Amino acid sequence: MKRRHFVVSLMLPFAARAQGFSSPADPAKWIAEITGGSTPEKTGIEIEMPQIAENGNAVPLHIRVASPMTSGDHVKAIHVFAERNPRPRVATFHLGPDAGRADITTRVRLGGTQNVTVLAELSGGRWRVAAQNVLVTTGACLDEGSL
Amino acid sequence: MIEGRLRVPGSVKAGEPFEVRVLILHPMENGFRHEADGREIPMHIVNRVACTYGGREVFSVDLGTGISANPYLVFFVRAGQAGELKVEWVDDKGERGSARALVNVA
Repeated sequence: MKRRHFVVSLMLPFAARAQGFSSPADPAKWIAEITGGSTPEKTGIEIEMPQIAENGNAVPLHIRVASPMTSGDHVKAIHVFAERNPRPRVATFHLGPDAGRADITTRVRLGGTQNVTVLAELSGGRWRVAAQNVLVTTGACLDEGSL
Repeated sequence: MIEGRLRVPGSVKAGEPFEVRVLILHPMENGFRHEADGREIPMHIVNRVACTYGGREVFSVDLGTGISANPYLVFFVRAGQAGELKVEWVDDKGERGSARALVNVA
């Protein structure tokens, strides 16, 4: 590695921080934007994530929302928000009674230690929310083994 | 074409939710990384995955840069009768991929 490149790679984390790592996005604002102001219940969502993630590039995330998943009572969408990521909106899952179970697993990138917030939209205009803190020792997003 | 893999159980019970596993081979470049010479690597992500059963959409995802490289998704589908399960994905350059499997209902 050339010296210049090494210096650039040292500076990158700071450049990224300047883009917003230091000031987390506000989950309350995001929730209000999606729900249109409804207050979600803080119940009925189970988030399974490691409390400590050594590598923020691929953190397992398992979400379960308690629901009978019938045509009259089901989960319509599950939104995931990582407040300290440069782009906090991680993903939105759309489901319905044909899914049979509101149970989703994926792997996410986390730019640093933070709360991951999950917002579930239920049929009948009801909402639920839950959050979990994950301590990330090596954040995602930057150079040096980002994949 | 974007390669990927799909796994469903060989046989399922009518009306009983079964697990669907999808792995898509994609770098999911978040746009924050750089080449060794300092050039920015532009954002390049799969931004939508949709699953249909018997031609009807049963599950979909809008993905952002916060989803890891080689997106892995596990979700459930309920089937009343045998049919074809198809998963399709597309990235922000319009490139596509898909996988399908026949589901037998016991």
